[in-house]
This record gives sequence, structure tokens and C-alpha cells, in this order.
Amino acid sequence: MSAEFSTATYVAIAVCAFLLLLAAWTIVSAIGLVQPIFLPSPYAVVAKLIKLARDGTLGNDVAISIYRISIGFLIASVMALGTAILIGAYRFWEAAIEPILDFVRYMPVVAFVPLSILWSGTSDVQKFLIIWIGTYFQQTLMFKDNIKRVPADFVGFGRTLGMSDLRVLMRIVVPSALPQIWDTLRISLGWAWTWVTLAELVAANSGLGYRITVAQRYLQTDMAIGYILVLGVLGLATDQIMRFLGRQFFKYEKRT
Amino acid sequence: MAPHPKLSISGLNKSFRDGAVKVLSDINLEVADNEFVSLVGASGCGKSTLLATIAGLQESDSGDVLIDGAPISGPGIDRGVVFQSYTLLPWLTAQQNVEFALREARYDPKEITDIARRHLDLVKLSRFADSFPGQLSGGMKQRVAIARALSYRPKILLMDEPFGALDALTRGQMQELLMQIWQEHRLTVIFVTHDVSEAVYLSDRIFVMGLNPGRIKETIPVTFARPRANGEGHDPELLELQARVLRSIREEIVGDEVH
Repeated sequence: MSAEFSTATYVAIAVCAFLLLLAAWTIVSAIGLVQPIFLPSPYAVVAKLIKLARDGTLGNDVAISIYRISIGFLIASVMALGTAILIGAYRFWEAAIEPILDFVRYMPVVAFVPLSILWSGTSDVQKFLIIWIGTYFQQTLMFKDNIKRVPADFVGFGRTLGMSDLRVLMRIVVPSALPQIWDTLRISLGWAWTWVTLAELVAANSGLGYRITVAQRYLQTDMAIGYILVLGVLGLATDQIMRFLGRQFFKYEKRT
Repeated sequence: MAPHPKLSISGLNKSFRDGAVKVLSDINLEVADNEFVSLVGASGCGKSTLLATIAGLQESDSGDVLIDGAPISGPGIDRGVVFQSYTLLPWLTAQQNVEFALREARYDPKEITDIARRHLDLVKLSRFADSFPGQLSGGMKQRVAIARALSYRPKILLMDEPFGALDALTRGQMQELLMQIWQEHRLTVIFVTHDVSEAVYLSDRIFVMGLNPGRIKETIPVTFARPRANGEGHDPELLELQARVLRSIREEIVGDEVH
């Protein structure tokens, strides 16, 4: 149970918690409790990020990672939506495909990393592959669930109009599920950031994940921490953008 | 006059789980053109299943469902259905929801806007034509659903507890609106409800359904002159009829518990 909060109070508490964390970090590094090589001060991290932003390194790394996540995520999402519609609508395809998806879903994505390198080297295709393995299977099952949750009477309504099953599916069921499908996209995009980073950590010569391994190699802890923070900010930003777009697309859902 | 009743059902049987559970047993009934009939009965008597079977949304094991003497094959636009749950498409406005149905019913695209507008007018919702379902109250949503089901001129309107989710006051208003539309436009309506006073207020005849298996137990004609007074029914004859319908339903429940 929680007390009623105004939005302002909520934001104030959230900001305070962040500041508290930052203060703790500052104090720990200022009094020398931990050596800078393990935990540099927040200011050193920020200074390093500014320097990397000025010489273009940061911008390049962000751009290449965003490119990889965009392509990989797009391929996975389109395929997952197609599969979900198929298995959500037809029992035959559900029986044929869903058990396989369920099985593969429980295989750890990281276990596919060596194979992905074997198959596609350190190219961008390897990044797409890891993102695809990490999102496609989960997305398909979640999309299918989104589609299955459309009330049966919506289907009944379509059928009373003499619509074919396929038409009911494409003109009533899938559009009805779109807000939930968008939410699934938003959630799985968050995971995709993990997978692109993973792929770049193990086999890349560019991108945010790659730069973190370089930082480790040269003991540039400030850069490693800075990039992790950048990844956090990017994940948060994409989530907020997806939320914003969702509110724009599905305005009709809002109640008066 | 047409030689056939508007709807004719004979020897209809239906079971679930491959015959393990019999839901409808030997249903025989006829509904005349422009007649308003109700199906009442305790929960589980199969009244909604019977309605869905007439709609063509469910298949029967045996028996015939004839409309104007012709057997139905699946669902179709000769029957309009209003469901208890809200089935307006949430991304379309009230106007667009009606237009959607008209378009699927293959109406001339040039006429669609006008027909939709007239039917929203019929349910007194012209002012809310551009509202999305999320902005409408439950009663308004069902009024749009009625407008939508009537817009493509079905021969029979099938209503499955359409006012069941509404508060008492709204329900009363909806009943009166439905009566008004029915009287002005002459429709054949099959109305499923568990509200006895609703059935008595609306119907020409009431089919009381029995339990286990679902069957037509009794047909009760309602002969009160129209327009009828809704709500404040102090007429002893009216109250007696309501009591009779209720008794008929209750006998089934008690009888069932004895088995």
C-alpha cells in the first residue's frame, strides 16, 4: 500500500535519490577509499566523456551501435510479428512452431556468441544475429499473447459482418492488439541494448561495447564507466521515445 | 404476407466437448416478422449459446435454423448482433465504427457516411459522432453498437444481454430507446436477458429456458398494450406476469438442486 503522491513529489524523491547516489560516489573517490584506477571520480568520468565527444569518438560509437540495434531489432520485430500472427491465428502453426520457440527461448543468448562469430565473423551481421537471437523468440511469444488477448466478441463481431477469418485477423484483431504490441516492442528494445553491447564486447572494432573492452585493456576505467552510463542513458531515452510515440499513436486509448 | 416465419428453429441440439455436455436439447421455436421475443433463464441454461447459434457464430449438432425459410450457413449480415461486452473498435470514432460495418457489408461507399450519420441520429448520438469509444459511457457505447448493428439493415437483430453491464438508470433509458426504435422502425428482435422486468417490458413473447440440458420450457405471451410504462409498474397484472416468469425460472433452479 502506498500513500497518494503528487507527480511533483514523486519527481523530487527520484531526483534526491539520484543526487544521493552521486554524492556517495563523489565522497568515496574524494577521500581515496577506492583507488581511481578502480573507481575514478564522477568528474573524471564526465571530463573523459566530454573529451571523447569533442574528438568524435563517442559520436561514432553511438552512431554505429544505434545503426546495429536498429537493423537487428527491425529484422527481429518484423519476423516476430509475422510469426506471432501465424501462430496466434492458426492452431496448426501454433502446434508446429510454438514448442520450438519455447525451447530455443530457454537457451542462453550468450551461449550462441561463439557460434555467431564462427558463422559471421566480427561483421555487423554477427551483431544482428545476436540481437535477433536475443529478441525474436521472446517477442514472438509476447506478440502472440498480445493478439490472443483481443476479446473473442471482437472476432464474433467481425464474423457477423460476413468477414473472412483472415480479414477479421488483419482488420480487427491485429489493430486491436496494436497498443499492446507497441508496448512489447518498447520492452524488447530495452533488452536489445544488452544484446548489441554483448555482441560488441566480444567481437567488434567499433561501437559502444567495443570501446568498453578497449578501456579495460588500457585501464581507462573512466572511459568504461562513462560508456556504461551512456548506454544507460540511451536505453532510458529510447524507452521514453517509445512511450511518447505510443501515446501519440494510441491517443484514442486515453479516457476522458 | 410471407409464407414463412422470420425465424424458425426446429429440432436444434447442441453439445460441448464432443457430446459430453448437452447444452441445447430439441429447441423448437418460431419468431414472426417484427416480433420482439426474449430468451430468459438461469445462468447456464444456454440462452446465449442459442443466440450465438442463431447468429451462426456457433454450430449446432443437429437441427435447422431457417430465416425466411432458408437455412443459415454461418454468420452473415442478415443478422445483426449486439454483444454484452463492448465491441466498438477503439481506434475508430463512433461514426467510423458504423462506417466500418457498412463498408464490410459492401454498401456503396458514397452512401456510407450518410447512412452512418442517420443511424447515430437514431440512437441520439449525433453530437458524439467524432468521439472515440474510450470517451463514451457504457450506455453510449451500446447505443453506437445498436446503431452499427441496425445500419446494414439486418432481417433480425440479436441482442445478448446488451444492457447487462449498465447501471439501473441507464438500463431503463436504453430499454425505452430500444422500444422507441423498435416501434418506429419495425424490427424482428431476439433479446437475451436475465432481467425479468426487462423481458416483460420489451417483449411480445418470452421464452423461458430450462436447465440441464438447455431447452424451451415455457412460452409466455405478453399482451399488454404498447407503449408500456417502464420502471414504475404497479399494474397488478404486470406484476403478476413478472412473478410468473420469475417462478418459472426459479422452479428450474430448485428442481436442479434436487437432482
